[in-house]
Amino acid sequence: MKQRSLGLNAVSLLAMLFLYGPIIVLVLYSFNAAHLSMTWRGATLKWYAALVHDEALLAATANSLLIALVSTIGATGLGGLLALGMEQMPHRRQQLLEGGLVLPLVIPEVMMGVALMLLFVTVHVPLGLTTVILGHIVFNIPLVTIMIRTRLRKLDPVLREAAADLGADSWQVCRHVTLPLLRPAIWGAVLVAFTVSLDDFLVTFFTAGPGSTTLPLKVYSMIKSGVTPEINALSALLLVVSMIGVAASLYLQRREV
Amino acid sequence: MPSEDVSHVAPAAQDSCRSCWLAVPGLLWLALFFLVPLVLVFAISFASRGTYGGIVWEFTWANYVDLLHPLYGKILGQSLWYATLTTAICFLLGFPLAYVIARSPARWQPVLLLLVMLPFWTNFLVRTYAWMIMLRHDGLANNLLLALGLITEPLELLYTPMAVVIGLVYGYLPFMVLPLYVAVERLDPVLVEAAWDLYASRWAVATRVVIPLTMPGIVGGCILVFIPSIGSFITPDLLGGARSMMIGNLIQHEYLVVRDWPLGSAVSFVLMAIVMAAVVLYYRQASPGDGPLEGR
Amino acid sequence: MATFSTSPVSASGPSLSSTVPTIDIRAIVRHHGPVAAVDHVSFQVRRGEFFSILGPSGAGKTSVLRIVAGFEDPDAGDVLIDGRSMLGVPPNRRPVNLVFQSYALFPHLTVFENVAFGLRMRRVPAALIAEQVEQALAMVKLVGKERRKPAQLSGGEQQRVALARALVNKPAVVLLDEPLAALDQQLRQAMQVELKSIQEQAGLTCVCVTHHQEEAMMMSDRIAVMHQGRMWQVGTPRDVYENPRNLFVSRFLGVSNELPGRVDDVVEDGHLFHPADDQVPAFPVHAGSEASPGGSATWSIRPERLRMSRERPAGRDAVLNGFIEKVLFAGSETKYLVRVGRDRLWEARTTGAGESPHAPGDAVFLHWAPGDGRVFVE
Repeated sequence: MKQRSLGLNAVSLLAMLFLYGPIIVLVLYSFNAAHLSMTWRGATLKWYAALVHDEALLAATANSLLIALVSTIGATGLGGLLALGMEQMPHRRQQLLEGGLVLPLVIPEVMMGVALMLLFVTVHVPLGLTTVILGHIVFNIPLVTIMIRTRLRKLDPVLREAAADLGADSWQVCRHVTLPLLRPAIWGAVLVAFTVSLDDFLVTFFTAGPGSTTLPLKVYSMIKSGVTPEINALSALLLVVSMIGVAASLYLQRREV
Repeated sequence: MPSEDVSHVAPAAQDSCRSCWLAVPGLLWLALFFLVPLVLVFAISFASRGTYGGIVWEFTWANYVDLLHPLYGKILGQSLWYATLTTAICFLLGFPLAYVIARSPARWQPVLLLLVMLPFWTNFLVRTYAWMIMLRHDGLANNLLLALGLITEPLELLYTPMAVVIGLVYGYLPFMVLPLYVAVERLDPVLVEAAWDLYASRWAVATRVVIPLTMPGIVGGCILVFIPSIGSFITPDLLGGARSMMIGNLIQHEYLVVRDWPLGSAVSFVLMAIVMAAVVLYYRQASPGDGPLEGR
Repeated sequence: MATFSTSPVSASGPSLSSTVPTIDIRAIVRHHGPVAAVDHVSFQVRRGEFFSILGPSGAGKTSVLRIVAGFEDPDAGDVLIDGRSMLGVPPNRRPVNLVFQSYALFPHLTVFENVAFGLRMRRVPAALIAEQVEQALAMVKLVGKERRKPAQLSGGEQQRVALARALVNKPAVVLLDEPLAALDQQLRQAMQVELKSIQEQAGLTCVCVTHHQEEAMMMSDRIAVMHQGRMWQVGTPRDVYENPRNLFVSRFLGVSNELPGRVDDVVEDGHLFHPADDQVPAFPVHAGSEASPGGSATWSIRPERLRMSRERPAGRDAVLNGFIEKVLFAGSETKYLVRVGRDRLWEARTTGAGESPHAPGDAVFLHWAPGDGRVFVE
């Protein structure tokens, strides 16, 4: 077994290096004082400082946060209710819906983006913050629903019966038993939806209009117009933010009760 | 108590759907902003393009016929090739990784899995950009090769098909590792020892025991990598040149640059057909408990 | 079986303070698909009584309990609690509380909050809740564990919380669904005694569902034996054990040594039983009035009624001869498998210390008084 593990371990280490190498390099170089070269010229925070003074970037950040906030609230509400409602349906219909819910997640994002754009253009809705938010809610609903359903299915139905037996009406059962037990899953879903919305590029790309530039759109146009050290700093920040968001979400979901 | 358990299921079915209406707003939303747009794209793929880029609602097969043009065929072909290559490389990298994780001490497993998943949840654009830095003319990869004396002058790494495949592997490796991990984790290590005991070589243990028994995970992982790879846009857009376009780029090009919406719609549906075929394949082989594709 | 003779249960059950039964079940029927899980079941439970529904898995006893609790509606029949029909009344409005088989403790609430749940749902003032929860926890000996979460408790403690959570509401009836099934053997026996004493101390009316006959007999004032959706017999443990109405009840409540044959010939004060096995001679029995001479029947006797000796006993006992096939030492008693006739293996027992008086292969005489066996007419 030892011999065998050696080879496997080497490939695994390589794979891990492959996963983290570029990220680490990116973060390191965001502190590089050199302007355009990859040679190390000492550490600096000036690229980070430059970000704070970039008005367009700040506006994009504000847009991103607003879109993420509103779409998360919308998707958590709609997706959470969807999960609760599905629970009561006949088994066959639940399976069918579950299959359908996966569609928005597997369909190529380009296609979702152009489809939404076509819809808005066809019904003459001007592209802007609103259309972006509407679109983000679409891909966040299935995420939220699936996460909450996963938890719901782990809940013992007998607990709800026990609450009813102890005098709780259906609202009280929901309020005192189902919701508290779902709370970690709901917060987990909120964090994931927020992160995914904050990171989304393609759906935003096709549904945004003038004035609704988000952070990823800004990053994209910065990359396209030439690599600058500010992008490194901005990218490093975005990396850290999404990692924290996801780690927190996983922590909440894993925690029992 | 088989027959008494029935009674626990019965009441739920009996007063079914008392609060089914809770699902309605969410479903309505998805119908309005997901299904309707898809139907629209489908309809437009049979319309034709107006003189100034608008849509003329006359039924025609012309857009699908146009796709037979060698230029589009080449893009379709290389998309399939890149996605397949990506899947294969992900398997070669992911299987050892999944195996090592599944056979590591139990308390380390969640941590290692988290480590594999974490980059996946970060901004895709940023991760792709990180590879632009790595593969640039003066990037780390070239510097490293030069320093090792393997090359004498920098290679053109960025804007090549290789860069695209590297980017795709980087983006979707976690999709391969997760199902493989589950499959290996379920594989009883005693079976490997039994094969060993019965004179199997290492190669025979792998090909006759481990791989057949983890086949569902392998197929699942491959499909999960193939689906997003074939539909990717950002990776070929940033890491590939004009010659390594994929279907996603073609769609964007037709819609936003050429403004031929009907043709773009037709391309979209070809892509969707490929993806749906892969999804159906996935559900055919997935065991019921595995759950849907969680995450993006 | 040794516990049987020392059972504290009196044959008559507690006296009634009121003529209205606490629970009155009238011919309820409940179908699960085409199968009648509950088939015209009727019974009454008096105030302060411990009533057990005993039956094998799938007998429909859990369905009866869930119908009383309100989780299932009967297809026909009526459920009255304190004289009031409960049909259409949801579980949260019924004056009954269920102790679930899995306990169903709320994992996100502490012991205190779990027990207080029912009181809070009824908006009892906080001060009163604290007092009543403390009383309930004292009764189940859990004082000091109020702030624990269920996951931090042992199985036995969880069981006590479930019990306290039900009885704190002072329900008209406490329903127990296999209350001790999840506990290991020793804890189970200790809890049987404790549950019984809590019930007596608090004057609770209990309906308990179990498949464990010894547990039912030890704890109950009355037992109902259920099988295939029907109730076959209701009575005190002693009555049901000693005078089972049919073979199923006889077999389910304990070991039943049986001989098929027919009842015949009136002799002096009874009948003669002719076993179908011609190697076994006929013997006198006390058949009930329903035994028509000539009809086929099965005769049965409990192991502890059989006496065993090397010499042929004198007197009026019925006598059979057999051979010891196996000797099974079980600690407080010794069991013998005795070959009777062509193909019957009967169980006989001796209690007490010392060497076993019989060894495998020994020829023995089995004898009993004619009134010790039972005849079941088919």
